[in-house]
Amino acid sequence: MNGKRLVYLDNAATSQRPLQVIHAVDEFYRTQNANPHRGLYELSVQATQRYEGARSTIAKFIGAKKDCEVIFTRNASEALNLVAYSYGLTFLKKDDEIALPVSEHHSNLVPWQMVAKAKGAKLVYLYPDAEGHLPEKEINSKITEKTKLVAIAHVSNVLGSVYPVRKIADKAHSVGAVVVVDCAQSIPHMRVDVQELGADFMAFSGHKMMAPMGIGVLYGREELLNKMPPFLRGGEMIEYVHEQDATFAPLPEKFEAGTQNAGGAVGLEAAVRYLEGIGYERIHRTERELLNYALDGLAEIPHVTVYGGTKNRENRCGVISFNVDGVHPHDVASILDAGGVAIRAGHHCAQPMMEYLKINATCRASFYFYNTKDDVDVFLENLKKVRGWLGLGT
Amino acid sequence: MALELNQIYTQILTEHNNSSRNKHHIDNPTVSLKGVNPSCGDEITLELREKDGIIEDAGFTGIGCAISQASASIMIDLIKGKTTKEALHLANLFFGMIKGEVTDEKQLEELDEAIALKDISHMPARVKCAVLGWHTLENAVKGEKK
Repeated sequence: MNGKRLVYLDNAATSQRPLQVIHAVDEFYRTQNANPHRGLYELSVQATQRYEGARSTIAKFIGAKKDCEVIFTRNASEALNLVAYSYGLTFLKKDDEIALPVSEHHSNLVPWQMVAKAKGAKLVYLYPDAEGHLPEKEINSKITEKTKLVAIAHVSNVLGSVYPVRKIADKAHSVGAVVVVDCAQSIPHMRVDVQELGADFMAFSGHKMMAPMGIGVLYGREELLNKMPPFLRGGEMIEYVHEQDATFAPLPEKFEAGTQNAGGAVGLEAAVRYLEGIGYERIHRTERELLNYALDGLAEIPHVTVYGGTKNRENRCGVISFNVDGVHPHDVASILDAGGVAIRAGHHCAQPMMEYLKINATCRASFYFYNTKDDVDVFLENLKKVRGWLGLGT
Repeated sequence: MALELNQIYTQILTEHNNSSRNKHHIDNPTVSLKGVNPSCGDEITLELREKDGIIEDAGFTGIGCAISQASASIMIDLIKGKTTKEALHLANLFFGMIKGEVTDEKQLEELDEAIALKDISHMPARVKCAVLGWHTLENAVKGEKK
């Protein structure tokens, strides 16, 4: 990249994909391609089996009680919108409260703004401390009898903080609220079990965990999904359609209108198998080493501020947000890019969090288990040169 | 093409970025307009004082990367004392240069120091940084005429 070896440190945006995933998608389209659930012929039956097999693999992977609790979507954003439009607009009422951390990604924040505006409900924000963790006081004071829904990321995409979802879910359930968990940033790196988390709904994207872009998942508890109206209407989600009215198919088809991304589902299944083959324990150990190594290195570079600090490492994923004094993140990203290092710069789709941190933007380096200490070294070496390029000394 | 940082982070750019010569409020502005890059959060507010179609004074405030800040500062040097019509002409010339549509050096001469940003045309991700100030100028001047 730019004449240098690529050092890819933007894994929180999307991961790279292994051949196992690419081959699985390729093989599906070469040998089993037909429209699942539509044809009566053998090829369509095979396509259906692959698609439904993927659903079953994912249901087991996340600890769902039934396969039909897994709805395929395009990505986590679409899954969260499904909950907002279908559950939120139907069951939330005027003056109900929706509680969520201010650090939420726009995809788990803007849909709730829409629900709040449409229904006259209110958004109540939980504010993290300087190390990026949610204090108990925030949890206990913001989730109250008025709270009807709690939306929370398992891992923050800005600071990498792992939020205590179970504790928050218990509190939410004690006041009768439903819990929507965004696992887009956690499931690539740690085991996610919806029962252990206490999630009523859970969303994630395939592309951050090595699956193709364009496939994502919504998990929902069966009894909740059953009482919700469809989100998108159209083909294959109906039972009977008459001129003036229609009845809808049971789960999961009720929420899967139109031809689905079957190749993506097959790719996601291959990604799940690939990750399980390596094992989350090894993934965690490698990423932890990289995080420690990078934070140690960053602590020694003058004029670099790491958000959440370099010392606090408990409950933190391999996501590091930082800034270089006097240099805008975009310039940092461009200068690192010239050295072959890909990082993210900007507001990371979390503008309310940026406002809360009183910063305009940050640089973000994020690791996956295929990164190496060499990658971190190249990153740190290039980072040291940034201020020089802008005439600010070292 | 390998990215050459010294073609982008030139002395002209860093000097403008590190200077506050044009980065301040002006007295009695007749127009004040905010320009935002929603995708990256950069924002500047451009202030102009126009009299009889001439831009008497101009300044900007805001936050953004070195490219957006330097580009706005260079722009202000260029447009001060010019008519709004001339300023719009320069803006169009600048857009042409950044899009890689105008490459003739003779034609670009009018842009003076802004020519230092020519190679941004090879950095698609940074184009919107370079044009932020100029787009704000375009909107400010055109809005004024309504």
